[in-house]
Amino acid sequence: MKNIVIIGNGIAGITAARHIRKKSNDRITVISGETDHFFSRTALMYIYMGHMKYEHTKPYEDWFWTKNKIDLVKGWVQAIDFDKKILHLDTDDINYDQLIIATGSKSNKFGWPGQNLEGVQGLYSYQDLESMESNTQNIDHAVVVGGGLIGIEMVEMLHSRHIPVTFLVREASFWDIVLPPEESEMINRHIREYGIDLRLSTELDQILDDGHGKVKGVKTKSGDVIDCQFVGLTVGVSPNIDFLRDTKLQVDRGILVNEFLETNIPDVYAIGDCTQVREPLQHRKPIEAVWYAGRMMGETVAQSILGNKTAYKPGVWFNSAKFFDIEYQVYGQVNPNPKSNEKSFYWEDLFGKKGVRIVFDSNSMQVLGMDALGIRFRHEVWDEWISSGEKIEKVITNLKKSLFDPEFFKEVDVEIQEKFNREHHSSVPVRKKSILEKIFS
Amino acid sequence: MNQMQVIRFSGLVLFLISLGIFLGMFFMSGYTLTGEIVREHVKPEHQEVLSPELSEIYGKTFELSIPFVNHINGTIDRYNKEQEAQQKWDQRIFDDYASILIRASASGSIIQNPGLFFFLTFILGTIGSLMFILPQAKLQGPPGIKNNGIFHNALNNRGWIGILIGALLIMFYILLYFFPAYITNWIIMMDPVKQIFIPSAQASQWFLYGFIYCFAVLVMGVRKIIKYSHSRYKILQTLSVTFFQLALAFIIPEILMALNQPYFDFKNIWPLDYDFFYDSQLNTLLSSGTIGIFMLIWGIMLIVIGVPVMTFFFGKRWYCSWVCGCGALAETAGDPFRQLSDKSLKAWKIERWLVHGVLVFAIIMTGGVLYTYFTGSYSLFGLDTYSTLQKPYGFFIGSIFSGVIGTGFYPLMGNRVWCRFGCPLAAYLGLVQRFKSKFRITTNGGQCISCGNCSTYCEMGIDVRWYAQRGQNIIRSSCVGCGVCAAVCPRGVLKLENVEEEGRFGKALLTGNDSFKVQS
Ligand SMILES: Cc1cc2nc3c(=O)[nH]c(=O)nc-3n(C[C@H](O)[C@H](O)[C@H](O)COP(=O)(O)OP(=O)(O)OC[C@H]3O[C@@H](n4cnc5c(N)ncnc54)[C@H](O)[C@@H]3O)c2cc1C
Ligand code: SF4
Repeated sequence: MKNIVIIGNGIAGITAARHIRKKSNDRITVISGETDHFFSRTALMYIYMGHMKYEHTKPYEDWFWTKNKIDLVKGWVQAIDFDKKILHLDTDDINYDQLIIATGSKSNKFGWPGQNLEGVQGLYSYQDLESMESNTQNIDHAVVVGGGLIGIEMVEMLHSRHIPVTFLVREASFWDIVLPPEESEMINRHIREYGIDLRLSTELDQILDDGHGKVKGVKTKSGDVIDCQFVGLTVGVSPNIDFLRDTKLQVDRGILVNEFLETNIPDVYAIGDCTQVREPLQHRKPIEAVWYAGRMMGETVAQSILGNKTAYKPGVWFNSAKFFDIEYQVYGQVNPNPKSNEKSFYWEDLFGKKGVRIVFDSNSMQVLGMDALGIRFRHEVWDEWISSGEKIEKVITNLKKSLFDPEFFKEVDVEIQEKFNREHHSSVPVRKKSILEKIFS
Repeated sequence: MNQMQVIRFSGLVLFLISLGIFLGMFFMSGYTLTGEIVREHVKPEHQEVLSPELSEIYGKTFELSIPFVNHINGTIDRYNKEQEAQQKWDQRIFDDYASILIRASASGSIIQNPGLFFFLTFILGTIGSLMFILPQAKLQGPPGIKNNGIFHNALNNRGWIGILIGALLIMFYILLYFFPAYITNWIIMMDPVKQIFIPSAQASQWFLYGFIYCFAVLVMGVRKIIKYSHSRYKILQTLSVTFFQLALAFIIPEILMALNQPYFDFKNIWPLDYDFFYDSQLNTLLSSGTIGIFMLIWGIMLIVIGVPVMTFFFGKRWYCSWVCGCGALAETAGDPFRQLSDKSLKAWKIERWLVHGVLVFAIIMTGGVLYTYFTGSYSLFGLDTYSTLQKPYGFFIGSIFSGVIGTGFYPLMGNRVWCRFGCPLAAYLGLVQRFKSKFRITTNGGQCISCGNCSTYCEMGIDVRWYAQRGQNIIRSSCVGCGVCAAVCPRGVLKLENVEEEGRFGKALLTGNDSFKVQS
């Protein structure tokens, strides 16, 4: 019986543990210092907003772990002796035969003056949530710095508690390093619709001390001072591997792994946010700090541990998010600005709350990717279209097949077909609307 | 506070005042029995035996209904016991004299002016509620999921307001089902409304209940439509259940009665409508000419054809969350409590035993009742069909489970306690849905982030996330297709669909990892 130890009870570590357990009787131990049980990090915002309690964010009931003989250890691993295969915890020492490191990320801080004041924090861990709860009691104003996914979540969280928020975004438009201009602009509008003081092209200069070690405001690079009692720093995350630097383990920004998720040390694997793939597939990035990548790495590493050595081959890229009320989905490659071989078709509804973009190759006419705001699409269908290089006209023709909105919702494929035909002088057959659809639209 | 909030606050105050008046009315009449009243309302043969004891309170004014009613019921009980002791079964008195006499003996402002009290409670209450609810359309901001603060709130999270409302509801149901004579003041207030339908009639406890029910569905339906203004599915569903409740369960039966036809709710289906095959019901329908026969056939067709066919095409939601009266209340008045249902595996186990147990009980009970109807014999396998089947079913399932627990526990155990654990029709619909239906909830590839919103807001306590995070279609007999999981999911993972049966159960498959075929 092997002794498999996993550091990190996030989606990556837990997925690995579950998939190993399914087919093996080996001893499995999962260590984490954060919480006793696996919870959904992506749901942290909903706890603060009162949509759920912490209990609800645990994907498995507590008995699940005993029943499946997955030993849970609460504690922080402080150092690893890779030669003797021993983990040194703050509480105990634990040895292993095979080790999976899945320690996730930590919030970035860029050395701003005042970044360690009381009332200044990032949002990554459960502890961050607890401190956000206490840091935002009875405050008049909050500032969130950093226009990414966690930043906008933090803005929404604060807004849900009726705390006025100023949102400082370095870029000229929200998340424009990922979103094309129209999408980004739609989200700018939506943020402002909620009464958020969105300041684009604005960089943080320093955080101001009230004289007692607490934040009293921020100063921007352009010299504006904004009074506030809370500052959310959401300027990205990076692999949480500080305790592994200067050891035998090869690291760069993250723990370096090959296609089998193996590190440079035998019997030591790394998965999830903390890893950096040495030679990623052409359509993927070396570090992908998203839920899905962690899950897929967990699934894959389990195969290798089970003796069925399997290379990590993530398929067509996909991701999703929600900006206040507007849902976002992306499949395949959508660059903020089309590359020279790419053509990009965009449709937006009258009210400016729904948008669909489809990117295709201008020579081969094969679809490369799509993103959607305010409309849901079927993952399987787009995965198939993109991976098989379906032609744009066929995709536009069959668009309805890929819609995933609830029943009775307005189906937008017809408008998209019409606009596509107008713009590309093509004659894709336009779907006939049913009578009911005509009445309701 | 801005203007809108002032309106909301005033609305709340108005509503609380009307609720206060409603509760206060319980104490508001005086009751004085006289010989004259007894002579007018009690059958002559009963007058003789009851008046000696009844006369003890002639001319005496009671401030409260309870001792008055207890005196009358006590008199009848004692008399019945004596008869039983002497084996004179047919001499016993079953007339509800308490309700009849207390109405006739009541004096005070309610009986003088029931319309005024109707205005002060229901009309003011409606105005107040709407003042509280309507401004939300603007205040809540752009359309979207509005669950902020639910678990911080003393109403929605089993806080003191929730417990208080639960206690009030439970008390109300106990009075309504078991002590209707105590709440005569509330019933009297409904006379003017009842008389819209039948000018000479008096309201009964069931008329009061039906009215409050419709009131709750209507007012809370408005709230629901505002809250889910981004979802056409939720809006249409709310309109549908409200329509069926108001028209089919309330107005049409009243009209039928006004036309001297049998009371009939065309959307109520056995075994939820557990007395459909009671001999009294059968006799009424069979003696009401063509329309009675039509009603009987309609009811039977719903059971044998309506349920399976509709459920095959649409899933049990066609009934439970689009037509049913219990569903109507759960989806409107119950919506603020949906997150309180228990999602544990243990609860699911209890649910399966309980709900199918009730179905079996309902079938046996009905079998016994029909046996008695056709043979005239009350004894089946040595058991008395009335006292061992019909009566306990009515008491434990018909009243305690569906009413007192079913609705009284909304603020404590969620809004579908009855539908999930007790409703035999739901069990029947569920069996069809589970084994022979096009309905399912499809999950979207690999997009689930296991956040838990879907499970949290599932009123039936289904752990939706369990399926979603492993990419498996959700096919559960209990799912009423309310659609809220799909609405609250922040990643667009869930879709209620009626599609081909083939491949319905599917494999747990997640899209996106091409390393190997990922089956969870
Ligand atoms: C607020 C927020 C919202 C997000 N929303 C989304 C989203 O919508 N979609 C999406 O795709 N991604 C989202 N993400 C990113 C996603 O949550 C992460 O990519 C994912 O959780 C990473 O999983 P993991 O298992 O690699 O690491 P983690 O979930 O970080 O788990 C690592 C665990 O290891 C523990 N640990 C670390 N070091 C040690 C040590 N030395 N000893 C013991 N224990 C240790 C940590 O405390 C932690 O519990 C979000 C992240 C945040 C913070
Ligand atoms: S299906 Fe949606 S709501 Fe349910 S856990 Fe997954 S992401 Fe959350």
